[in-house]
Amino acid sequence: MLKKISSLPFQGTPEQEAQLKEVIAKHKDDPGAVMPVLQEAQDIYGYLPLEVQQMIAEGLNVPVDEVYGVATFYSQFALSPKGKYNISVCLGTACYVKGSGDVLNRLSSELGIEAEECTMDGKFSLTACRCIGACGLAPVMTVNDDVYGRLVADDVPSILAKYKEA
Amino acid sequence: MEMLNIKINGKDYTVEKNTTILEACHQFGIKIPTLCYLKDINEIGACRMCLCEVKGARSLVAACVYPIDREGTEIFTNTPQIRENRKTTLELLLSNHDKKCLSCPRSDNCELQQLCLEYGVDETKFAGAETHYEEDHSTLHLVRNNNKCILCRRCVAACKEQFVGVIGANNRGFDTEIGCAFNKKLGDVSCVSCGQCTVVCPTGALVENDNTAEVFKALADPTKHVVVHTAPSIRATLGECFGMPIGTLVTGKMVTALRMLGFDKVFDTNFGADLTIMEEGTEFIQRVKEGGTLPMITSCSPGWVKFCEHYYPDLLPHLSTCKSPQQMQGAMIKSYYAEKAGIDPHDIVVVSVMPCVAKKFEITRDDQGRDGMQDNDISITTRELAKMIKTAGIQFTALEDSDFDPVMAIGSGAGTIFGATGGVMEAALRTVADVLTGEDLKQIDYNEVRGTDGIKEATYEVAGMNVKVAVASGLKNAAVILDKIRAGEADYQFVEIMCCPGGCVNGGGQPIQPGHVRNFVDLKALRAKALYQDDLGLPYRKSHDNPEIKAIYEEYLGEPGSHKAHELLHTSYVARKKNFV
Repeated sequence: MLKKISSLPFQGTPEQEAQLKEVIAKHKDDPGAVMPVLQEAQDIYGYLPLEVQQMIAEGLNVPVDEVYGVATFYSQFALSPKGKYNISVCLGTACYVKGSGDVLNRLSSELGIEAEECTMDGKFSLTACRCIGACGLAPVMTVNDDVYGRLVADDVPSILAKYKEA
Repeated sequence: MEMLNIKINGKDYTVEKNTTILEACHQFGIKIPTLCYLKDINEIGACRMCLCEVKGARSLVAACVYPIDREGTEIFTNTPQIRENRKTTLELLLSNHDKKCLSCPRSDNCELQQLCLEYGVDETKFAGAETHYEEDHSTLHLVRNNNKCILCRRCVAACKEQFVGVIGANNRGFDTEIGCAFNKKLGDVSCVSCGQCTVVCPTGALVENDNTAEVFKALADPTKHVVVHTAPSIRATLGECFGMPIGTLVTGKMVTALRMLGFDKVFDTNFGADLTIMEEGTEFIQRVKEGGTLPMITSCSPGWVKFCEHYYPDLLPHLSTCKSPQQMQGAMIKSYYAEKAGIDPHDIVVVSVMPCVAKKFEITRDDQGRDGMQDNDISITTRELAKMIKTAGIQFTALEDSDFDPVMAIGSGAGTIFGATGGVMEAALRTVADVLTGEDLKQIDYNEVRGTDGIKEATYEVAGMNVKVAVASGLKNAAVILDKIRAGEADYQFVEIMCCPGGCVNGGGQPIQPGHVRNFVDLKALRAKALYQDDLGLPYRKSHDNPEIKAIYEEYLGEPGSHKAHELLHTSYVARKKNFV
């Protein structure tokens, strides 16, 4: 699936930059350093915006498109930040036939974002994921570590309300 | 050297161990089809066109990367299974290709089209999902049309080889697309506009920005005085577009064809090259005598200049302030020639024929031109000129020779060799040595800076002074020299850098030779050879001996490096951002 590129402004801190520089220095002379550096960079920033990929390219002395090519090839890398609450909707076969598509659409319209995007306030992000192994509860979604099962689209507003207040 | 006895299609052959199947077959007169393979720079076995059978192997193997390492290896290149496989590969490629061959600029010179013809494909075999991409027209020099892209990654390899690397394969699977990071357009990244991607693209996915319509329009306008000038290397490459052997010198036919196209004057950019040497040589001597920034680096190659601006902006003071020959020629046409001919320069349209797509960008730079006029109005490539000649129905190979027009008809041999790596250095040395010694030196061949090596170094004794020079072509090689200069480890006085590997003869605007030619023929060397032959046969071989050059300084410019020369023939540079601009 094509990755969504975040349009939110980059909000990296000097501390994060210092951490990233350390990671780059650690891997600088390793062959194939782009992968591990991207992984650790994502741990630091939560996602891989242009500014971060550019720093990695400069630091490892590789073209920025090489970094971007790897970042867009592997599904583990995100180009859009995760919110304080990351909502994952299972689109695995069992959930999908039980109507998880409707749940995802409802979340999308309630939050005003598409899948793989994050709200402007950084509170919610939306992910469409594959089977999480809870088919007995289909359709299923998770909000961070909380699991919600046997959902219908109309359950969405009350669930969101809990986190909006939190 | 270990030799192996092998069989290809049942016949016995002997090859050196670890020769690839592709190379071995080439040696024995068998062409294996390839799409992704580019010798030394893209050996990835990705396109699967070169599949061959090796007896005992589990599946078909990619000939381009399969080394023959066993005695008695039996290879098959043309079985029904292989033909069927290759045909299916082509049909799958076509399933997501726009197939608009009739209007494609590469029709007739497309490697995909040629193979489809050879294998008799059915272009409707796999009708399925098709991706539709917007064309990228964001730059002045080229157009990317990913609807024709077959993901061979040759352009990616060429760009990376140039140390630019602004394009790559992004996303995954069916979504894979060649482009810039973060979906930026080419105009929004630090592309240096060398166009090496356009000469390696097997299809019409990457083509020069075609300016021929503007030229035809100017030629049809009776109020315009349309002047053309042709770069040194065009005479050594244009013939290829008309089926002539690589390295055929076609100067006289080219001039005739240009006249037949309707240009009012046909000038030789070799004159501009000679002028560049006068100015650059003088600047070099001044820098040495007055303690200016050394080493001085040549500035003829607009792709190189843009590379320096993006990637080594701290080294810009090393660049000669001289405009390129194209720009000097244009400036002289709109001043000296205009005055002599009594024509308002605003009524003159200057068209340059260049081996280069970066020249399309150079003519628009705001540090060039004057009085709101560009020095050159339209810059076209060798390929575009060939297209115009074909459109006009001119039978190029049958043409008689004719000569360039005065007052810019004469170019010295020094000007001609500008088209090959090392040529500008040699041309400059020929003049600098004469100026410093005050003699007419007879030994004017500087063989150490000739040849297609990426980096060449030499030290010459000139008038009792040791001049250490370096010559680099291809930006990967340039970067080696630049890093040395940046680190303060270089003791050169004079450096020549050409953006494209081998210099202008291998420029981004030159005729496109398919992979099966490029991979086995040294294009750069063959084309350069024609230029060095031209140099040997010319009446003047030093820029300062060119009588038209002498005349222009006497009548118009005064001394090299004069105030007027600076106004017309020198320029400045600007630091640019790297990656995203």
